[in-house]
Amino acid sequence: MIDQRNFMFMFYGFAAAWVIVTAYVVLLALRERRLREELDRVRRMVEDSVKRG
Amino acid sequence: MRNKIVFVLGALAAGILCWQLYNILLVLPNEKDQGAIYRIVYFHVPAIFTGFMGFFVALGASGAYLATRNLKYDAFAAAVTEVSLAFATIVLATGMIWGRIIWGIWWTWDARLTTMLVCWLIYAGYLMLRRAIDEPTQRARLSAVVSIFGCTDILIVWKSIEWWRTQHPAPVLSVRDGGGMAPGMEGPIYWNWLALMCLAAVLVIIRMRQENMSREIDSLRRLAHSY
Repeated sequence: MIDQRNFMFMFYGFAAAWVIVTAYVVLLALRERRLREELDRVRRMVEDSVKRG
Repeated sequence: MRNKIVFVLGALAAGILCWQLYNILLVLPNEKDQGAIYRIVYFHVPAIFTGFMGFFVALGASGAYLATRNLKYDAFAAAVTEVSLAFATIVLATGMIWGRIIWGIWWTWDARLTTMLVCWLIYAGYLMLRRAIDEPTQRARLSAVVSIFGCTDILIVWKSIEWWRTQHPAPVLSVRDGGGMAPGMEGPIYWNWLALMCLAAVLVIIRMRQENMSREIDSLRRLAHSY
């Protein structure tokens, strides 16, 4: 019983490490998408400003 | 070129981690006192090595910013600190899970754990500070100071198990005069450290790309408002 609990917590430890890495990677991906959208929007804004002189 | 580097480092990290996971779970025996739970050390220790290495790189970049006032160094310091904080979070989480089985408690306010938590809070504060200040040069200057201050805590974390009697285990690695682990059991720690360093490098490259995009957005905004 103790060995089983011991093994289960080892699994939790490994899982915690990978959950944190995965959550951070997801956070980075979401931020990248938001920045790309923002960059496109600002580029269009500059182009419009140039056209209008 | 940068994408190729990301791919190569990512593949290297994945390859080493898979190989070592096999080694840790199926080849290495249980530890005689702790049983299976000791295997958490194979992520706990490499994660702290990676995190601390990153914080020291951020210290160097912050110093370089203060010396040159070049915002590229500030962007690099921010990217490295954020990635390192993710690894510091892994250290706290895996340590708590190990402590629950070995000590019977999730947390205790002993010197090593408390100084590590303070370290985490300092660098979390660093990232919060950056979000709170809009003016780039002021943000960079204050962030650099916090980064340098944070590194002094790292030295205290590192030496805490020698300076004070703590519940945290004494050094076990032979490189630190520990020698509490069998030589065959120590190897995977260094392999996993290499893998996590590769992973951290990938994440820093991606994070740097985002910093560059942010700066491009800022400069385009200024350009648009100047018309």
